[in-house]
Amino acid sequence: MAAIEILGLEKSYMVGFWRKRPRRALQPLHLTVEDGEIFGFLGPNGAGKTTTLKMLMGLVFPTAGSARILGREWTDPEVKAQIGFLPEQPYFYDYLTAHELLDYYGQLSGVPGKDRKRRVDEVLTRVGLTDVKGVQLRKFSKGMLQRAGIAQAILHDPKLVFFDEPMSGLDPLGRREVRDLMEQLKQEGKTVFFSTHILSDAEALCDRVAIIHKGELRGVGAIEELTSGVQGKVEVIWQGTQVPASMKALGAECHVTGDRVRAVLAENQQDAAIDALRRERIRLIAITPLRTSLEAYFVEKLQQPAAAGKTAGVNG
Amino acid sequence: MNNRIVHIARNTFREAVRDRVLYNLIAFALLLSGTAIVVSQISIDIERLVVVNLGLTAVSLFGIVIAIFIGIGLVSKEIEKRTLYTVLSRPVRRWEFIVGKFFGLAGTLVVNTFFMAIGVFGALLYVAHKFSAADAQILVALYFIILEFLIICSLSLLFSSFSSPLLSAVFAFSLFVIGSFADDLRGFAGMAHGFTRWIATGAAYLVPNFSALNVISSVAHQQSLGVRLIAQNTLYAVFYTVMALSGAVLIFERRNLK
Repeated sequence: MAAIEILGLEKSYMVGFWRKRPRRALQPLHLTVEDGEIFGFLGPNGAGKTTTLKMLMGLVFPTAGSARILGREWTDPEVKAQIGFLPEQPYFYDYLTAHELLDYYGQLSGVPGKDRKRRVDEVLTRVGLTDVKGVQLRKFSKGMLQRAGIAQAILHDPKLVFFDEPMSGLDPLGRREVRDLMEQLKQEGKTVFFSTHILSDAEALCDRVAIIHKGELRGVGAIEELTSGVQGKVEVIWQGTQVPASMKALGAECHVTGDRVRAVLAENQQDAAIDALRRERIRLIAITPLRTSLEAYFVEKLQQPAAAGKTAGVNG
Repeated sequence: MNNRIVHIARNTFREAVRDRVLYNLIAFALLLSGTAIVVSQISIDIERLVVVNLGLTAVSLFGIVIAIFIGIGLVSKEIEKRTLYTVLSRPVRRWEFIVGKFFGLAGTLVVNTFFMAIGVFGALLYVAHKFSAADAQILVALYFIILEFLIICSLSLLFSSFSSPLLSAVFAFSLFVIGSFADDLRGFAGMAHGFTRWIATGAAYLVPNFSALNVISSVAHQQSLGVRLIAQNTLYAVFYTVMALSGAVLIFERRNLK
């Protein structure tokens, strides 16, 4: 069973003084997220990621289309007992402590009273908020609020978690911890759907990604598939600071960094390059075929004309 | 009552209690009751009249200010600060949120009125040295004041569900002022002719009739209030509150939370 099936959701806002001019925030979106995967929803700021998430959460009403979450209509309130949601730059009731906030959310999510205190302590420990008892949220830093936000999203042990820019406001260590947490959630059999514009996070975590730009889906697929495109070039790295003339003759683009030289050349020149290095008695460190990076794929999809990206993307 | 409504109401109450403005207003109300004592000491034989009049008016006005001040932010503040996102992404229906917020604010005002009423009775005991049977009517006046609060709460919520806090405050306060002269408006409608009569009658019955709920002067003059009036006012306040809350729910159910 698919965890999420988005069936042509679209959103237009009426703009202008008389609110008569429609502005499309999201073109009809078709997307399927499989059960148990980490799915990255990528796009630059203003691409339509948050609008999509808000529609799935029932915060914004779509102009057309529908969705199914965990096999049920997305508007079914019972679905919400099985999903967790972290909004972008979350803001909470700042007169509450983290324990009070999570207790309140636990009540609303139907977590039984006898389990609630234990669950609250568990998730706060899990997100690294251990010494916050009695501290009101108004005294939390941005990173601490983000952690509290993640805690409330997983408090009720949901099957499906939506994170909107989960790394926002976190320091490098915090980002690493959130990445680890998302991997743990996957190992626990949960589905994670997260939006981000930080490609390295998506590349490190996701099973599959979708790319959205200007409200339109531009591409979707598994990370390995998207980055497996061989460019017909190889990267050769050797020890030293000298670039032999024979390597230059092969048309290699060379860069010296410290005591290593990195050269990129055509794949059919690979054997000739190895021979050249042997002749010069230079120590070869690595030869790697160059693959398309997620960043290159992302940029390519963003630069594509809208219609071309659309047909490529609607296969998720 | 639905558990989620109870939890939302309890959290709304907790927010109000932790709001320092609320404490200040209570302090002001108590201060006003204190002033009543001073005034009564320079009045001859009308101490009770002055204390009941001034005390109950203070309870009413401070409660109305609190109801409007908190009520207008109940929904709009949650949308503006986006605290609503993590509530409505749970199995909480939008109507449950509105009703929970209403009961939370109403509960706050009942508790608030209880403490201010203690102040009024304390002041009364101070000037009269004992309670009389007629003082029980003060409880009826307090009950009517609470009915006023319910109407104002529901109206504040209604305005808060589609308007900015500033405009909501203007709307709610204007309705309170106009509603306080509802009897005069109805009298004017009775005397008017043609289109003006039609408009005035519509407006007179549309605005909340706070003048019917204001029995402070009668109670101060120790006039008794009939059971019929209590029943009528209760039915009127409940009907008006339910209508205003239904309006708030209808609007909020369709609102996009940007």
